[in-house]
Amino acid sequence: MLRYILKRLVSLAMTLLVASIIVFLVIEVLPGDPASYMLGLNAQPETVMALREELGLNASKPVRYFTWISGLVTGDFGISYTYRTPVAEMIADRAVISLPLAVYALVLSTLIAFPAGIIAATRRGSAADVSIMGFSQLGVAIPNFWFAMILVTVFAINLRWFSAGGFPGWETGFFNGLKALTLPAIALALPQASILARVMRSSLLDTLGEDFVRSARAKGLSVRQTLWRHALRNALIPVLTIIGLQFSFLLAGAIIIENVFFLPGLGRLIFQGISQRDLIVVESVVMLLVFAVVVVTFLVDVAYAVADPRLRSR
Amino acid sequence: MTLLHVQDLALSINGTPILRDIDFSLTAGQVLGIIGESGSGKSLTAFSIMRLLPPGSLVSGRIALDGDDLGARTETQMCELRGNDIAMIFQEPMTALNPVQTIGDQVAETVRIHRQVSRAQARQIAAATLERVELPNDQFPLSRYPHELSGGQRQRVVIAMAIALRPRLLIADEPTTALDVTTQAQILLLLKKLVAQDGMSLILISHDLAVVAHTADTIVIMRQGRVVEAGDTQRVLAEMQHPYTRQLFDASGHVPVRSAMSTGREVLLKVQGVSRDYPTPRKTLLGKPGFFRALERVSFELYRGEKLGLVGESGCGKSTLTRAILGLEACQEGSISIGGDQIAAGQLMPRAVRRKMQVVFQDPYGSFNPRHKVGRLVAEPFYILDQQPRGTARRAAVSAALESVGLTADDASKYIHEFSGGQRQRIAIARALITRPELIVLDEAVSALDVSIRAQILDLLSELSADHELSYLFISHDLTVVRAVTDRILVMKDGVIVEQGTTEAVFQKPQHPYTRELIAAVPVLEPAS
Amino acid sequence: MLRHRNLVIGAVLALAFLLAAVVSLFWTPFDVAEIDIANKLKKPGDSIYLFGTDHFGRDILSMIMVGARTSIAVALVAVGIGMLFGVPLGLAAASRHGGVLDELIMRTNDLVFAFPALLIAVMITAVFGPSAINAIIAIGIFNIPVFARLTRGAALSVWQRDFILAARVAGKTATRISLEHILPNLLNLLIVQGTIQFSLGILAEAGLSYVGLGAQPPTPSWGRMLAESQTMISFAPHLALFPGFAIVLTVLGLNLFGDGLRDYFDPRIRRGSR
Repeated sequence: MLRYILKRLVSLAMTLLVASIIVFLVIEVLPGDPASYMLGLNAQPETVMALREELGLNASKPVRYFTWISGLVTGDFGISYTYRTPVAEMIADRAVISLPLAVYALVLSTLIAFPAGIIAATRRGSAADVSIMGFSQLGVAIPNFWFAMILVTVFAINLRWFSAGGFPGWETGFFNGLKALTLPAIALALPQASILARVMRSSLLDTLGEDFVRSARAKGLSVRQTLWRHALRNALIPVLTIIGLQFSFLLAGAIIIENVFFLPGLGRLIFQGISQRDLIVVESVVMLLVFAVVVVTFLVDVAYAVADPRLRSR
Repeated sequence: MTLLHVQDLALSINGTPILRDIDFSLTAGQVLGIIGESGSGKSLTAFSIMRLLPPGSLVSGRIALDGDDLGARTETQMCELRGNDIAMIFQEPMTALNPVQTIGDQVAETVRIHRQVSRAQARQIAAATLERVELPNDQFPLSRYPHELSGGQRQRVVIAMAIALRPRLLIADEPTTALDVTTQAQILLLLKKLVAQDGMSLILISHDLAVVAHTADTIVIMRQGRVVEAGDTQRVLAEMQHPYTRQLFDASGHVPVRSAMSTGREVLLKVQGVSRDYPTPRKTLLGKPGFFRALERVSFELYRGEKLGLVGESGCGKSTLTRAILGLEACQEGSISIGGDQIAAGQLMPRAVRRKMQVVFQDPYGSFNPRHKVGRLVAEPFYILDQQPRGTARRAAVSAALESVGLTADDASKYIHEFSGGQRQRIAIARALITRPELIVLDEAVSALDVSIRAQILDLLSELSADHELSYLFISHDLTVVRAVTDRILVMKDGVIVEQGTTEAVFQKPQHPYTRELIAAVPVLEPAS
Repeated sequence: MLRHRNLVIGAVLALAFLLAAVVSLFWTPFDVAEIDIANKLKKPGDSIYLFGTDHFGRDILSMIMVGARTSIAVALVAVGIGMLFGVPLGLAAASRHGGVLDELIMRTNDLVFAFPALLIAVMITAVFGPSAINAIIAIGIFNIPVFARLTRGAALSVWQRDFILAARVAGKTATRISLEHILPNLLNLLIVQGTIQFSLGILAEAGLSYVGLGAQPPTPSWGRMLAESQTMISFAPHLALFPGFAIVLTVLGLNLFGDGLRDYFDPRIRRGSR
């Protein structure tokens, strides 16, 4: 088990290392001179020189990469060119909205999908199965940001149950914050829940057809006991993979959804960064999101080993 | 005293009739054998007794256990019965256990769902039961997972799950079919011992008449969903009132008509000191990868016109040797020569040498690309010739090959899914013949076939060897078949050839202890006196 | 026919939008570039404009037809990129299973999986500015590991079959076997996955153009129509409804079509069996 986790950790570190090189190459090397790119066409040569100096662009590329990466590791992300504040602080302010939103959506998606998938699989062909599958087919097809707009129209503008957007801040109370994230989380979760429910259903159906389920029935377990004691845990193994993949979709989705609800999260930050050509902000946020995705992948791998003893002994 | 009585049992699934007029009974403490080829309905008869049938099943007739009509029981009442009074074990031990639960938990579960006992007590019973199926607790603690055990050991765990509560009836559905012959003998012995110890009744379902004939007191022979013949084992085998019983019996011990054993001493294939290692995964993160020696200095010769058998159990190195001979993988030591061309270790086999050989595989379903027509499939080996025949010549060659195996030229334009298992094996032989090779490697070529089909294919192979002057390397785990068709045999264990000699000599006077064990393990079918 | 209900419904929906996209190349009810403030924000059915007009007085139906073109073009080319690179990579990895090439391809795949399509688009846009081409590249890159993984996994199981050994005995090389025996057996699977990635591509394109990383004005796209409708949703909901329905119906159609194809190709899946 320890060996397995260690192996995954090494792979995590390798992925992060190579990913950081790619981000560095795309954002700092591809545009030629980042300083003149950031300042635009009409910049004075002196200003460009000053910015080059400030960004440390006069050093060689490997030195620049090394400075950047060691800064990232120690939490020094550099200074935003447009806002003149440390990027680390800006990201910290925004991440407390985006990351909880993604996690909230993941929890919702799982809470909806598991019962739906289990009901559909165990009552295959019934009215419940047909309607769950029908709804999920629709759910997969709905763009989350459009669904978000509908939610805003119905629940914020017409019913006035929620505010249409903005974020009051966690300091006004946990439930205030949670309430502001509820509509965005639902908008993100439903399409993902549809996918997850379908995966859960087909994985459970596959497992229910396995020989060991028949063995359990031959022991005298009822259909229900067989499901809970034997089938479910085995069926969860492929579902875990999808949950891991979904986190990266949810994180990306969160960036888009923030626009609908005017949430000051990482998504808003990244788009501000793009429109103001603030490359330092862009590369830092991208790296942070990649880091989050890779860490979740690692956690899924660990969950795999917990669920499946065959992996532990490898 | 009759324990189980099945009367007029009929079963249909989604309207298709599967079983009809099934009648038999089983005396307490006795063994009943049910025999039939694939599609005979023997497994579904067992599932009808357990009432574990697929949805859409409709059962009629009466199944009574000790006078208690099971048909009158509700599903909940059946659950109380299963595992408690009637238990069942299955063919495939590799998949019959839950991979994410320990063996201890799985055996203890049988106890816990039927008896009001504490967790600790259930585990105690589980431990004792595992001891009874000869899995000693000090070597196989309750905390083991199924993937840490071999096939035979897993089958013992399945048996432990079934007998933990000492049921009155145990149904074993092909319990040894997936196992090696020596393991099969041990499992059959274990089942017999448990029957004797507990006074339990056993229904032993098998396609193998020999397996059942040795163990069962009474037998039921089934074909196409009906009972063909039933009664006392000795009597049924002595009288064989139904022609199908006779046919099954003859096919099981079928010996094809053979041309006289070749007397030539011209060496066609010479394997000299061949070794092959496979790397094993690293034990530690930065440690050196280990090696597993699959073949250890294997040497033998195959003479032109000879039928040479290679027997051994799974994992003995048969497949590795086959791959080395066919030139698919280079060996690391030694050399292989075919018809005088020698290939040293580490060398790839040139096409000119490879074209002297062809191969027929075990699985009639996996041996063909489902997307190609039979004509293209049969002609594939032409690729290894320098001058591939084209056009009419190619079509004529395909027709001739198909006709030589008893099919027609028209079959070339069909797809493989239009053929039965036996016909597919004929097509595989046609494919092997088309380039007129000197040696044909038959890799478990008849192992997946029902006995009556198997007999036909063995006859065909025998005819072809006479007509085409072929040499065979006949690889099989089935000693009965090897004895029937080969001139000489090699016995292989753990990558080493432990014994070789003429087939009759080896079978009559085996020298190596392993050969003796292997031969003793084979259930032999002899006509009852 | 009833057995292939999904296939038929899906094909009809998907073809309808494909047709709309093709027709828009030659004809649309109104010119989508023409600004007509006098007729702005007409409700559907109010006038000659079937689906109404937007805040510039442009015909919504015409914009949806041209938007279909953008969406389908972006998603289709992105699937093409994914297959063109992913399938050969997957075949190559499977044919040298366990080798250095296999390891390299799979590790690269893992790496690309760490970048959701949106992040790829963000990086490209940050450097080159937003455009439909960038959206295609971003979605296309994201599709490569999807196809590579699928191909490798399925190819590995085909490599285990005996007919591959028969081909090797006939002296065929790994490349030849991959093309002659492996690929034809993966075609069904790839076509089904292709339709799924196609529908995901349409969703991704809509998302990217919604946040301004996709097709740029004046090219109409469904995502941007939605973005522009957002501030007017309380008094002109039709601006948001029609592009939204267009996306849902296209994606739904493609998904149904994909599911239907899978059932059609796989004789084992029969209704009510098991």
